[in-house]
Amino acid sequence: MSLLSNTSALLGKELRTEFRSRELLTTTVVFILMIIVLFSFTFDPTSAESRRFGPGLLWLAFLFAASLMLQPCFLREQTNDTLSALRLSVDDPFAIFLAKLAANTIFLLLTEFLLLPIFSVLYNVPVLPVLGWLILVLFLGSLGVSIAGTALSAISAQARMRELLLPLLLLPLLTPVLVASTEVTAALLDPSPYVQWKGIGFLAVFDVVFLTALWLFGEYLLEE
Amino acid sequence: MTRPASSSTGLRFENIDKRYGGLYALRRLTLEISAGECVVLAGRNGSGKTTLLRIAARLVRPSAGRLTFPSTQQSGAASRVQTGFVAHATMAYDELTAEENLTLFARLQGTTNAQTRVETLLREAGLFDRRSSLIRTFSRGMRQRVAIARALLQEPSVLLLDEPATGLDPHGAAWLAGTLRRRRDAGCTILMSLHGESEISSLASRGIRLDAGRVVADTKTGASLQSLLTFADA
Repeated sequence: MSLLSNTSALLGKELRTEFRSRELLTTTVVFILMIIVLFSFTFDPTSAESRRFGPGLLWLAFLFAASLMLQPCFLREQTNDTLSALRLSVDDPFAIFLAKLAANTIFLLLTEFLLLPIFSVLYNVPVLPVLGWLILVLFLGSLGVSIAGTALSAISAQARMRELLLPLLLLPLLTPVLVASTEVTAALLDPSPYVQWKGIGFLAVFDVVFLTALWLFGEYLLEE
Repeated sequence: MTRPASSSTGLRFENIDKRYGGLYALRRLTLEISAGECVVLAGRNGSGKTTLLRIAARLVRPSAGRLTFPSTQQSGAASRVQTGFVAHATMAYDELTAEENLTLFARLQGTTNAQTRVETLLREAGLFDRRSSLIRTFSRGMRQRVAIARALLQEPSVLLLDEPATGLDPHGAAWLAGTLRRRRDAGCTILMSLHGESEISSLASRGIRLDAGRVVADTKTGASLQSLLTFADA
């Protein structure tokens, strides 16, 4: 009960501070928009090429944007040493991680939902017929990115060269998520769409495994 | 009106070492602080005061040695909320208002009647009229008042204060001294680092000076509090 109430209080704080400053959302949306637009203008892909390369491009853009978005996740807590205040206040430090990864997932999903229509128009790939399944893939993929990213953000925030460290650790670790998400999305955007259960299953297992690891070992990541 | 501390708790540091790389911040430090004592930590910059306070708050794990809380058997997370800590930094969110900051920490700590407690503390700290202002619009002294109010939310049995008067004007320092006096009289154990003599240092029943991570003087063994704070015998 304490874990849930602490998580909800902290999630409220994360959402309130972000919606007041809009630092992360604005940067991320602009970044992904630039990648999608520049790629479209540079290569001017045909509809067939878009279906083939589009899902990969989309997930690569989400991944790079996530590495931007996740960077300040714990760095912001260092400015006024608020992480210490949180550690002193919560019974279970997992609440801090749960709130941050929930907030990161929400921010990523918001960004993705904003950019999906633009992607659909620019690359001439209809997404409406498979929107339900697409939302499921976006959720599972974004959750995986957020879980691993939040953990690595806690590690990198205490390190020297922290700005470089997070992408260096995050991108290789998330390669399996990138591949699985891209394959499932490609299958959904195929002219004869189908659900690739193997990929969806992989994403769900990835999320559960990393969430369990974070629950077991997260406390050590917060120590000074 | 200050309620009595929920339980009287002392602090016992046994052979504490803290190393940062090859540098010792604390070395073989043994110290016992009885329940209800009000102790001033003095010492030059880098003598280990902040590290000792952060270990007492269980924010930093010692490299060797043991910290226990004698008169209660609490340990780990259960006792965290019984410790109020004021650090160098204000430990407050710039993008939240003073009231939102205190309410957040009150909720996290499971404070009963959180809203009433927050309002009481805001009034005591002289911030009630600015309760809806974002912390980033506050002066250093006002931020420090919020930090002190946050540490008092749970009426802790142990108060750890790292230079708590930083940024406070004379009115603020008087408020802090009055607050600490009431907590001390209610049986709260207080360990605070200070520089120089002040109204706050006069509350102390004991003084300890650290140097290079060791206790080098203690009023319990004959040193005078005044000389200890002013480095008169250094």
